[in-house]
Amino acid sequence: MSARTQTFLWIGQRASAAVLALCVLVHLCTIIYAVRGGLSAAEILGRTRGNAAWLGFYSVFVFAVAVHVPIGLRSILAEWFGWQDESRDLVLWVLAAVLAMMGIRAVFGVFG
Amino acid sequence: MNARLRNDFRARNHPAYWAFLVHRLSGLALALFLPVHFWALGQALQGAARLETFLRWTDSPLVKFAEWGLVVLLAAHLTGGLRLLALEFLPWRDWQKSLAAVAGGLALIAGLAFALAL
Amino acid sequence: MPREESQTVLDVVTYVQRHLDASLAYRFACRVGMCGSCAMTVNGQSRWTCRTHVSRVADDGRLEIAPLHNLPVVRDLVTDMTEFFDKWAKARGRFTGTRSRHEDFERVPPAGRREEVDAGIECIGCGVCYSACDVVSWNPDYAGPAALNRAWTLVQDVRDAATIERLRAVAGDAGAHACHTHMSCTERCPKQISPTAGIAGLKRAIAMAALKGEL
Ligand code: SF4
Ligand code: FES
Repeated sequence: MSARTQTFLWIGQRASAAVLALCVLVHLCTIIYAVRGGLSAAEILGRTRGNAAWLGFYSVFVFAVAVHVPIGLRSILAEWFGWQDESRDLVLWVLAAVLAMMGIRAVFGVFG
Repeated sequence: MNARLRNDFRARNHPAYWAFLVHRLSGLALALFLPVHFWALGQALQGAARLETFLRWTDSPLVKFAEWGLVVLLAAHLTGGLRLLALEFLPWRDWQKSLAAVAGGLALIAGLAFALAL
Repeated sequence: MPREESQTVLDVVTYVQRHLDASLAYRFACRVGMCGSCAMTVNGQSRWTCRTHVSRVADDGRLEIAPLHNLPVVRDLVTDMTEFFDKWAKARGRFTGTRSRHEDFERVPPAGRREEVDAGIECIGCGVCYSACDVVSWNPDYAGPAALNRAWTLVQDVRDAATIERLRAVAGDAGAHACHTHMSCTERCPKQISPTAGIAGLKRAIAMAALKGEL
């Protein structure tokens, strides 16, 4: 992988981080709000289903995560597990796709 | 080639290194948790009942405690990440150590708020 | 070992060699913090030994003195610093000017970019930061704090004409973007330089160049 591509990975990591900072803040507030008095599926889904704004918000969240996680793991795998050849990057591309798909599936499950 | 010596705890024991370690370990833990989280919420696709079964499982104190841990990790990764963005994108000289403390403090507050809400 | 006032770690090492074990190998030259040759680890932390007072670093009256980390040990307290300096060259740590000796001096405004240069220019090449950095241990291709700090001072030098080549040389996994802001270099640099700040500057400058399609 060229140093140029690696630079773009770094940019992707920071850009997704900036998006995630906002998403996580909102998410944390939502969690703390939602867990008061316990979680029940009917109650949660009653509030969330068909809510397009939240669906949009969490879709953005999921894509930012799918960018952010594999790039972070890339350093960890190289530095702590000595895995730094092409095969690592291939696996991480797959991971990005899987995370995005699982995430979107969850978003549609809750907000769709 | 002759051997090289490596750093140990004594070289690493300073605030910015601790901040790094918290950031990396919380990130790693969150990355491992994420697929489970997505899978669990995906249960909702099969109707409210499936999600309900899962949620009742999360009522156990042990799972509750783990959830609290995850919230703290998420908050710590958030504040640690903001610290990093500040260090990489803002001009800084002297206030970087206070930054680590502020990050730690905010993560703790989030953990507390979640514990109170439970 | 007699305990003296204002005794430095280098004094201790010298005493050992002169009185206890003449075969001990170590390096020093200036003894006043200018040459950068006396760096070792003292109680696990990288330091310049000629300017490190025993009273400041002794742990319960004990000193553990070892060679610098992250470099191949030649013998006793001496490391092979070849790769450390090779990485400076690879990071294009050499000034590339445009003027010849027949032209007048360039006038550089002391404010602005020159302040960034001044903040990093006093490096004595001691290798303390390289030894202290875990990213160097984990990622053997990594240029390391000193070489990147040098590259940054040249990138900020208005007279230098090789900025893009230099940014290219220090981009990505073996360069600035490998830095995780542990700040061990900044913590230990005896000249109070913050390589971390310079590396952050490089990260941004390289990213900007990449976005503009210049990299
Ligand atoms: S940046 Fe500081 S620690 Fe690193 S080689 Fe230069 S003087 Fe030594
Ligand atoms: S002997 Fe020259 S810097 Fe210490």
